[in-house]
Amino acid sequence: MLEVKGLKLRLNGKPVINGLNLEVKKGRIHGLLGVNGTGKTTLANLLMGIGYPDEGSIIFEGRDITKCTISERARMGITLAWQEPARFEGLSIKEYLKLSRNLDSNESESYLWMVGLSPAEYLNRAVDVSLSGGERKRVELASVLAMKPKLAILDEPDSGIDVISLPHIMNGIVEMSKQGSAVLLITHSETGIEIANRVSVMCAGKIINTGAPEEMCQWFKDNCRTCDHIGEPAHEGA
Amino acid sequence: MIVVNEYEALLEAYGKAGGSLDALRSKEVGNLVIHKNRVLSANEVKGIKVETEETETGVNIYFLVEEGAKIKYPVHLCFGVLPKEGLQEITLKVEAQADSEVTVIAHCIFPNAINVIHKMDADIKIGNNAKFCYQETHYHGESGGVKVIPKAKIRVGKKGIWQSTFTLIEGCVGMLDYDFEIFGEEKSINELLVKVFGKKEDDIKIVEKIHLDGREARGLAKSRLVLNDNAKAVVMGETYGNAPFARGHVDCIEIVNGEGVIARAIPVVYVSDKQAKVTHEAAIGSIDKKQMQTLMARGLNEEEAVDVIVKGILR
Ligand SMILES: Nc1ncnc2c1ncn2[C@@H]1O[C@H](COP(=O)(O)OP(=O)(O)O)[C@@H](O)[C@H]1O
Ligand SMILES: [Mg+2]
Repeated sequence: MLEVKGLKLRLNGKPVINGLNLEVKKGRIHGLLGVNGTGKTTLANLLMGIGYPDEGSIIFEGRDITKCTISERARMGITLAWQEPARFEGLSIKEYLKLSRNLDSNESESYLWMVGLSPAEYLNRAVDVSLSGGERKRVELASVLAMKPKLAILDEPDSGIDVISLPHIMNGIVEMSKQGSAVLLITHSETGIEIANRVSVMCAGKIINTGAPEEMCQWFKDNCRTCDHIGEPAHEGA
Repeated sequence: MIVVNEYEALLEAYGKAGGSLDALRSKEVGNLVIHKNRVLSANEVKGIKVETEETETGVNIYFLVEEGAKIKYPVHLCFGVLPKEGLQEITLKVEAQADSEVTVIAHCIFPNAINVIHKMDADIKIGNNAKFCYQETHYHGESGGVKVIPKAKIRVGKKGIWQSTFTLIEGCVGMLDYDFEIFGEEKSINELLVKVFGKKEDDIKIVEKIHLDGREARGLAKSRLVLNDNAKAVVMGETYGNAPFARGHVDCIEIVNGEGVIARAIPVVYVSDKQAKVTHEAAIGSIDKKQMQTLMARGLNEEEAVDVIVKGILR
């Protein structure tokens, strides 16, 4: 459903996305594993329409969306959960969940339960600085669930998360997949990626290997943990 | 007859502006309705005494909350000028005696103003352990022909609580010169909040001054402004920590959402006791990009996203 071909982007003269190819299949959880600074967030942004690539194309359900705006992509069923989600003063969680479509209160409550937040306690709270980092990320996931997207791009949903929030986050992602959403699960660590159906390893702005989760985790440990290719051409011949 | 017509007309505007008509009609709810310099209706409830005196240009009001009285329903005030032109000067003397509790909701309505001046001079005394919540909401027309000049001096006694909200987000502001100054004694809570949506050629000046004069007094001077078109605003949030363990905070957000906007914030934090602490934060700038992108990633267009953010900030 998503096909990325030859994507390139330079920032401040430096190649950050460097000829990236990627395919995500319908209804699947696709893991994207890469060390910090390898360009994962930049890729997530390009897929959502936050910034445009210098070269290459992004095809979604057979349609070239490389030049589409954020709102246009969202209406096609693509959404993004940020690594550090924004805070909104005066906007309740209840309202936040309803941004993409109208939900009845049962539905709103069920999405909060999926990420382990009690509706009675949270629905009327604001999506502002009063939420902890973990709570905010769980709310973000609930709002992605509420949108029922065709493709959810999740940028490090597990980073900066407390041990209590983590299993709820993982549960939310599994629920997303059960709902029929494809998920691009971006992470810098192998923990938690076992819920993926397939995993791609990213290094220096490129996908350098794709395969089954266990195999890719091992490969990542053996090759990328010690690699210092950041900002340079990726592993040759991989 | 004229009075009745005037009253009905004002009530209609009041209802349209979101005021509670039931509250004005109920015998159990305290209210006071003033059009220009005429008192059109006044209803006292147990525990509250209201005296009024019509002057040439306005009304002098003496408002008393008796000692220990806990007023069940909010008291509703309505100040209006319906014609295009007019001057309304309100002098307000408030005394909330010890241990009393009341919420006052004021609606100020100038729907047709081309050249209307509304002045309020308030002298307010909150007794020991008394609690006074004051919410003033303005409804202006679209012409911007209103000058609003509310000034208040508020003295809050020991363990007293003052919480006020001034809201001007419907219609054009015109000119606003808001100046509230509050003096808090020991363990008092002193909170001033202003929410303004400036548009077109609006000219806005806001002064929130809090003196924390008693031990453990608390203060919050908060302001939220959204400025479109050519609106100009200056916010002066000042807090003076003058006693041990006094804690104050100045918190100002101004969103610049127009090409001709000029926004300024001048916070003053002053401490004259080494055990007092006053903090401030001020953020002036355009709407946060990441907030916009987040809402757009849920399918909102740019305009809808701005709307959600602005409404949230002014809520
Ligand atoms: N706006 C920018 N301007 C210049 N360099 C940037 C910008 N954004 C990211 N980078 C650089 O691009 C690289 C990849 O960043 P990022 O996509 O955030 O990586 P990751 O998410 O994998 O940690 C980093 O070296 C970062 O410093
Ligand atoms: Mg990142």
